[in-house]
This record gives sequence, C-alpha cells and structure tokens, in this order.
Amino acid sequence: MRKFILKRLALSVLILFCVTFIIYLLMRCLPASFVESRAMQLATAPGAKPYEEWLAQLNAMYGLDKNIFMGYLGWLKDFCTGNFGDSWKYTVPVVEKFNDTVWLSFIMGAISFFFELIIAVPLGVIAATKQYSRTDYAISTFALIGISLPSFFFATLLKLFFSVKLGWFDLVGLVSRNYNQLTPFGQFMDKANHLVLPIVTLTIVSIGATMRYVRTNMLEVLNADYIRTARAKGLSERKVIYHHAFRNTLIPLVTIIGGSLPALFSGALITEQLFGIPGIGYASYYAMVIGDIPFSMFYMTFLAVLTLLGNLIADILYAVVDPRVRIA
Amino acid sequence: MKDDKNLNRNAAPETNETYSLNDDRRVKVLSPGALVVKRFFRNTLSVVGLGMIIAMFLFSFLGGFISPYGEDQIFYTYTDMKKNYVSATKNDVFRYQSAEGQSFSSTLQAKFQLAYNQKKDVFDYQGVSYLVEELGEDFYSISADGTELAVAYKDIVNAADDTSPVPYALKRAALVAYCNHEDRFSLDGKTYKVTEDGDVREGKENIAYISRFIVQAAEPGLNITRAFKEKLETALDSGETEFRYTDESGEEAVYTLEYKPGSMTWNVLQDKSTFVKDTYGRPSKAHPLGTDGNGMDMLTRLMYGGRVSLVIGFIVVFIAAFLGVLFGGISGYFGGWVDNLIMRIVDVFYCIPSTPLIIILGAAMDAMQVEPRIRMLYLMLILGFLSWPGIARLIRGQILSLREQEFMTATEACGISVPRRIFYHLIPNVIPQLIVICTMDLGSTILTEATLSFLGLGVKFPFASWGNIINDVNNSFVMTNYWFIWIPAGICLLISVLGFNFIGDGLRDAFDPKMKR
Repeated sequence: MRKFILKRLALSVLILFCVTFIIYLLMRCLPASFVESRAMQLATAPGAKPYEEWLAQLNAMYGLDKNIFMGYLGWLKDFCTGNFGDSWKYTVPVVEKFNDTVWLSFIMGAISFFFELIIAVPLGVIAATKQYSRTDYAISTFALIGISLPSFFFATLLKLFFSVKLGWFDLVGLVSRNYNQLTPFGQFMDKANHLVLPIVTLTIVSIGATMRYVRTNMLEVLNADYIRTARAKGLSERKVIYHHAFRNTLIPLVTIIGGSLPALFSGALITEQLFGIPGIGYASYYAMVIGDIPFSMFYMTFLAVLTLLGNLIADILYAVVDPRVRIA
Repeated sequence: MKDDKNLNRNAAPETNETYSLNDDRRVKVLSPGALVVKRFFRNTLSVVGLGMIIAMFLFSFLGGFISPYGEDQIFYTYTDMKKNYVSATKNDVFRYQSAEGQSFSSTLQAKFQLAYNQKKDVFDYQGVSYLVEELGEDFYSISADGTELAVAYKDIVNAADDTSPVPYALKRAALVAYCNHEDRFSLDGKTYKVTEDGDVREGKENIAYISRFIVQAAEPGLNITRAFKEKLETALDSGETEFRYTDESGEEAVYTLEYKPGSMTWNVLQDKSTFVKDTYGRPSKAHPLGTDGNGMDMLTRLMYGGRVSLVIGFIVVFIAAFLGVLFGGISGYFGGWVDNLIMRIVDVFYCIPSTPLIIILGAAMDAMQVEPRIRMLYLMLILGFLSWPGIARLIRGQILSLREQEFMTATEACGISVPRRIFYHLIPNVIPQLIVICTMDLGSTILTEATLSFLGLGVKFPFASWGNIINDVNNSFVMTNYWFIWIPAGICLLISVLGFNFIGDGLRDAFDPKMKR
C-alpha cells in the first residue's frame, strides 16, 4: 500500500511538472498579453515614454524578459519555495486573493454536493429497483435532462422566474444593498438568500450524472449472485435492497466523492458569473481572460494537484472500502 | 427475364413448404446487429431521442433552405422616434440694440440692468449721466445728453423674411406700439399695423412679427417658419404639451413640448418615423420568433446556429475518436513502454483543467482578432484535441482484454500484419463502446461549445450558434423582456443534447448482451 502510494505520488509529480509546463508555455505564448496591453495603456498617458520602453520596463518588472524555459524554471523555483507571486489583475498576493474567494466557492460547492448526494442516491436506487417501470423512465428522463441542461440557460430561467417574476431573490450579487445595516444573523441570512439560486443551479445540473451512476451500479449489484441468494433465503425485498444491495452500491460512490474533490474548490465559473457571486470561478475567469499569469498559473496548478489527489484518494478509498480490491 | 423466373421459382416453394417442428428455419434467427437494432427500438427513450435528433437536424439543415431569409440578413423598420426639433426659450432678459451710429457697451448694459432693478431712471457712468425712459411694458430707451443711445427690450422683433434685418427706427416704433398695446403706428409717413399677436404689417404685407420667444433649431440648416412659431407659441401660452402642425410640404407631425427647468427652455420633440434596424422585434407573421439585437430574423439564426452547433459537435467528436482509437489501439495492443508512454500522456491531458485552458485560448483568439471562420476551425481542433484521452483510455481497456482472446491468437497464427490485426480485428470489436461514448460526447461537446459561445469566447458574430444567441441575456433587459430571443435557443440546445444522451443511453443498453429484453 505504501509502495503504491509512493509510486503514485512520484508519478503525480512528474505529471504535474508536464502540466504546469504546458500551461506556462501557453500563457507565455499568448499574444496581446497583459503586459502588452498595460504598456499600451501607459504609453497613451500624456508625456509618457514610448510604448517600447514601457514594454521593456514592464517585462523586466514582471520577469518576462527571460526566455520561456528559464521563466518556467524561475516560476517553478518560486512555486516550490512557496512564493506564489502577486496577481497582476488584483494587485495583491495570489494566495491572499485566492483565500478571499475560494471559501465562498467551497461552501457553495459543498452544499450543492451534499444535496446532490441526498437526492441522487435514493432516486438512483429507486430507478434501479423498478427498472423499466414508469418511475424508472421518469427518473431517467429527469437525470438526463439534468445532464443535458446548459447551466447558463437553466440559471437564466431560474433568474427569470424567481428573481424577476416572483421577486424572491436578487438578480445578482452576494449581498443586498442594506447589508451593512443588518445584524450578524441578518447578514448571514442575507448571504444565504443570495446563494439559494446558485446552489439550486449547481445541484440540478450535476444531479443527473450521479443518479445515472448509482442506477447503473445498483443494477449491476441487483444482478449479482448474492442478491439471488438473499432472495432465495426468503428475505424481504426491503431487506434485500437496502441491506444487501445498497451497501454494495456505496463502494463505487466513493470514487465519485474522490473525483469531485477538484470540483469543490474549482468554483463554478458560469454560475458564479451569472449570479455575480465573487467566488474563485469568478475571480479566476477575469484573471485568465486578462492574461494574469501568476493567478492563472496558481489556480490551474491547484486544480491539477486536486485532480491528481482526488484520483489517488479515490483509489485508496476504494481499497479501504472494498477488501477484494488490492492495490499493488 | 430469366433471372426473374429463377427468383420466382425459388420464392414459390418457400411459402408452401411446411417445416418439421424441430426445423431451425421455423425460428426467426436475427443477426447480432439486428438484435441490437431491435433492442434499441424497443426502448421508448432512445426512440424519442432519435426523433429529437432527426427533428433538430431537419430544422437546422433543411430549415436554412426553407427559410426565406439569410443567416445575417438585417431587417429594417420604420419606427416613431421623438427627435429634437427646436428649442424655445421665453426671453426674460433685456436685449439691447444701439441706435444707428451709437454704441452701448456691455458695462452700460450692466449699469442699466442695475438701475432697472433699483427702479431708478438715471444712472451715472464715468461722469456721464444716462437717462432711462420707459416707453412701454418691458421696453426702455436709454439716452445721454438728449441723444438716444439704445433701446432695451424683451419682446423680440423678427423680420418676416430672414434676409433683411429690421431697421432700428422701425423696430423701435413697432415695439413702442406693441408694448403699449396700440394697433397702429406711423413712421416716415407710412402707417403700419400691429396686430394682437405681434404681426407688423405695412398695408397687407407682413414685414415683421414680435414675440417673446426665442426659437432655435436643434439642427443647423433647419428653417423654422413663422407659422410653426406661432403654433408653438399658442401651445406654450395655453400650457399644452402636444400639438400638431402641418408644414408647407403637407407633412403633418406631432410635436411634444418638454420643459427643461435647468435652462428654462422648452424642447420641442418631433415625432418622426425613422428608418432603423428592427431590433428585438416582437414575434410576428414575418418573423415567427421576432428579431434579435442586430435586426436579424431569430428563427433563421436559430436554424443556422443549429448547423454550426451540430457540425462542430460532429467534427470535434470525429477528431477525438480518431485520435482516441489510434492511440488507444496502439497503446492497448503493444503494451509495455509504448502503453506506458501513451497512458502518461493521457494522464497529463486528464490533469490539465480543460475549461480554464479553453477560456485562455478563447481570450487569446479574441486578442489576436482571429477571423470568425478560422476561429471556428481552431475551436474544433482545440476541443477535439482536449477530448481524445477519454476515448483512448476506453479503447485501450477494451483492447487489453480482447487481445488475450483466442481469435487474436488465430490472427497471429495466420500471419496477418499488425496494423491489420489492430484495425480489422480488434477495433471492430470495440465499435459498440466507441459508438456509445461518441454519442454521449456529442452531447457534451455541443454543451461545451455553447458555454464558450455564451461566454463570448466560442463562435463569433456574424456566425450564429445557440450559445451566442443566448449570450444576449447578459443584458438583463433582454432577459426580462425579450424571452423570444433566448428561450428558443436554450430549448433547441436542450433538445439536441438530450437527444444525443437518450440515444447514447439506449445504444448502451442495446449493445449490452446481458440485457434481458
């Protein structure tokens, strides 16, 4: 087990190295980068230096005067020593901006993930036990609609009905206008109120995949021999399904939990943007669009690390939950 | 002829012949392919999905030919717009006109104003004493040493024809008469008539008119007629906010008065029908789904948008499947270090956060101002290149298990070449899984493309795509008021993606030999 983990970790480092290099390469190769547009802007100020001088100065300032490979090594060295640099767009240390925004996204992600599980698992189980019934068709259709629904379209529909027509929620933003006059509890409720629609969007859009997954696994388990044995013993259908079958469906679910680790922290780019929630998805979107290398690099590396970690955790959990699985 | 006979002869006995009970021919034998088709069509959802996709294809590909409009044909319409026509100010400051050969400086004007405010009739300036004499209501003459220097007035005398200015003497005399409500005056042996509403006539001819209002045209070169001014004045006097006026060329228009307290002027807005782009037109007979923000027919845009979305989906999936089968096949068949290398590359691709990457590339293309058509091509290549690893992994897994089976040993024993073994004997066995994953990928690719276009980073104007049609909702006014712009596009998107998912799901069940039905 330890050998497996060590091997995986070593491999992960190698993969991470490749991934960060590819991303760095791309970000450096982009034309009309942040520095160029900044230089353009500074050069138009009255009495300013010409564009070329500004460009050279800014390039030196942001450490872009080195060639790409040296630049990458420099970045890697800084990154490994925990120096993540300052965000160009937000003009604060990257970690600070990240810390400001990521928890909001995490809370949103965690809550919607929780709802996703408590809705998707029972529905998936029901759909599997009543395969090809009307209920199964209804649940499957619902799940597939959830998968197929473009999140931006669904979010806009929600906004139209609940914010515009019914007026229950604000159209955008995390806080109301009178936020500062509210009591601490009122402030909490205010934020909670603003997070309802984004969380609903996230939940509905992601519910389908989990539900399908649970259904497929449950069907597989229900066809297994030990279920036939359980039935042959004369156990009640309830007991067969919820005691014998359901527990075994949980095993593959563990991989889902491991796999959704990056999703919890990556933020929901579209949803956050549509609802004006200042989470990490929102912050990183604007950083990426403007070509803010330190912030984008940090964010994408963070996501890559989480993906690798999520896969590793899923594998380990799988072995822990299912004693038949041996990892070598 | 001969063949026909043969056929008939062959067909005839089959119908008459009776099989024995244990004859195999009594049982209808279906090939595995036919079984799959049968299972597929027994699944309601997959049939519904197939119907949805066929409908979307017909809508997108045939629709473009049926629709009478072009993809980026712009429609125009006449709309009533209130345009600034003239502005009118009621004059409440004194204006001065110096007598011929005299001058009346602005210092003196200020002095006069001061004297007027203090109700004095004499004021001094630089040792000269000036006499103010009231000639009528708001009409004064200023003189020094017995000679008249200037007159100060609030009512303005306008010449009937703008070309010749009114001479001083006539102006003065007319104002005296008008301000004292007299109906006639004589000057230089001629008699002039002054009417109640300020017309000054010599005999029958109008030579000037007097009015308290200053009317200025909003646009240079606009000639404001006397009749219009009069109409405007009566409206202003009676406090109306709207009046109609028919100009010389016989065009009647409605004018709206708008008082601006800040500058104490009335803005006169002319309702004029203007030729503009028909933006956000409501659904009508000509445009069943209205028109969009650029004045293009929404239904036609939807059709062409469907083409773009579907074509991009297919091409991307084709690229991904091609790369995936190639690398997955090689990887699975050879194993060893080749497999290891390819799988590590796949791992790297898996690990790259694809959404942020696509966003960065999209923003870069924005910055480079890539031409929309080329951009679409790049978009397909990028999306395809990012989605092959999933397919490669699946193919490799399948091939790893197939490779150990007896028929592969047989191919080896027959001396079939390696590429032939991979692509003729292994890959066909993976086709079912490949078809399923490709169908599912089609749906998700269409979604990705729509999301990118929605963010403004995918397909660009003038090309339509369902995503960039919905992009209009970023303007919340459009979102709340023009449902017909974005809801149909969203529904099209939902139907296509759902259709592909239904089909993919149905195919997976149909290909599954364990399936009971």
